[in-house]
Amino acid sequence: MKALSQKRRHPLAALALLVLGLMLTGGLYAVVTTVNEAKAETTTYTAHEVEQGEKLFVANCATCHGLGASGTDAGPSLAGVGAAAVDFQVGTGRMPMQMQGPQAMQKPKQFNTEQTRQMAAYVATLGDGPALPEEQYLDGGGDAAVGGELFRVNCAMCHNAAAAGGALTRGKFAPPLEGVSESHIYSAMVTGPQNMPVFNDANITPEGKRDIITFLKTIENQGSPGGAKLGSLGPVSEGLFLWTAVLGVIIGFTIWLTSRTS
Amino acid sequence: MGNHSDGTPTSSDAVAKAGHDEVDKFQDPGLPPHRLRLADTDPKAAKRAERQVAWLFIISIVGTLVFLVGYFGVRLDDTIGTLRIQNTFLGLGVAFAMLGIGTGIVHWARALMPDHEVAEERHEIRSEEDRLAAVKIVDDILDETGIKRRPLIRNTLIGAVALAPLPAIAIFRDLGPLPGNALRHTLWKEGERLARDPDGTPIKAADVTIGSAFHVIPESLNKLEHGKLNEKAKAVVLLMRLNPEDLNPSEGREDWGYNGIVAYSKICTHVGCPVALYEQQTHHLLCPCHQSTFDLTQECKVIFGPAVRPLPQLPITVDADGYLVAQSDFHEPVGPSFWERG
Repeated sequence: MKALSQKRRHPLAALALLVLGLMLTGGLYAVVTTVNEAKAETTTYTAHEVEQGEKLFVANCATCHGLGASGTDAGPSLAGVGAAAVDFQVGTGRMPMQMQGPQAMQKPKQFNTEQTRQMAAYVATLGDGPALPEEQYLDGGGDAAVGGELFRVNCAMCHNAAAAGGALTRGKFAPPLEGVSESHIYSAMVTGPQNMPVFNDANITPEGKRDIITFLKTIENQGSPGGAKLGSLGPVSEGLFLWTAVLGVIIGFTIWLTSRTS
Repeated sequence: MGNHSDGTPTSSDAVAKAGHDEVDKFQDPGLPPHRLRLADTDPKAAKRAERQVAWLFIISIVGTLVFLVGYFGVRLDDTIGTLRIQNTFLGLGVAFAMLGIGTGIVHWARALMPDHEVAEERHEIRSEEDRLAAVKIVDDILDETGIKRRPLIRNTLIGAVALAPLPAIAIFRDLGPLPGNALRHTLWKEGERLARDPDGTPIKAADVTIGSAFHVIPESLNKLEHGKLNEKAKAVVLLMRLNPEDLNPSEGREDWGYNGIVAYSKICTHVGCPVALYEQQTHHLLCPCHQSTFDLTQECKVIFGPAVRPLPQLPITVDADGYLVAQSDFHEPVGPSFWERG
């Protein structure tokens, strides 16, 4: 110990400390990331989960999707939709559907995380499909600028440039994306729920999807730089505000200008 | 001009009647009696109004100071929060600076400045003499210039005036050139690879799974040095894949797609908005501007909205490496109608 304390003022001591620190953090990082990867590969499900999932499916979903999820007139076959589709549809409360309509509506979810996972496990056994998203793409640590460009090219025409949502044909609509969880955004892109097109990994790479999620979370958290957003709906809400509130103020001023004082 | 500050109406009868309820003539009803304001009679009220005006001007001064504090005091860093704070200071500062001066002056005029009513008399109607005088001036001009007697001067003047606008034609010509053939052709040609927008990487047919929608540009677009935006505006394409049995190609167009992969121009045939709202189950394509709806299963026939022509289809196939390529350019001009389209 004495030798070490003597050498601590050596000119190379700082360099040695730096190298040691770098190796330590690097090593730790490597360990952590391999742990992450290991976790990502655990999308294999236990037989128990599949069994429980099938029970839940028969009790809650088979009315429309048919026994064995082979599809009926009321609902499509689920072979090959993948675990990600279940995670999105059940996890956002869209499934089970309340009633047939132009579009399944988001509502309070009816199954907890464990039950959703069990059903996903069952549906995943029916055929190959998109698996649950890997954690590393959901951390919001991508490039928000790249994500913004990808979003404007691929998503903004339906979901609005500020992700405020928009109307589609015959009563359908693209929902606003504020408050949607990272894994649901990812699942929606890979599965294409309802009328949304599929954006597979060949179209937008997983890194691109991570950038898009980063962009969405950035605009959600940073707020509006220009004051009140008025729903981010562009000329509709802004025009309505101008024609009612601002025109009212102008009329008030003209009345005041031409009135007599007491 | 009459000063009506005493305000007594000349007569209380507005209309004089001449027998059998026949309206004979209207008499001037005059102005209502002048009412003195509080500030005219009560010195305290006048003092109060004076203070109010001063306060409005002080609000304007404070507004200007708030603007200056916002402009010089708020340090902008990389976050958007400081920008928002500065915008708020600048906006509120300018608003109150202007509003304070404006309302102060108006309040001053309304409460304190003299408020006697003034009636302005109408101008007299021009007489016949004025008209004759004007005619005489014109006659004098014609006479003194001698334009009737000197046809040489008259004719050369007419020639000079007729030729003078010609330089304008030359100047307006410089606004050109006319678009020529540019509206009928795009960057697509035989063998041109379909590439992802915006990064320009080519797309393999195997990448396009059923239900997918790709936003596509020609691969050579990103290599252009000039006019890239103009070319992109014409050449953008939406690539979709559906079950081949859902497509109903007409005769001669059966091989324009590949295994259910079809490519259509993204430019609306109504006024040229990008039609990219694709619904993968109903196979509708919706234009967000005026709700023109195109049915992909009927070769993008218009099923709703103001567009009249279907979206042009880009004939595609695959090359030896499995990449999607165009068979040719579009077979018709993309985008909205234009005069020479026929």
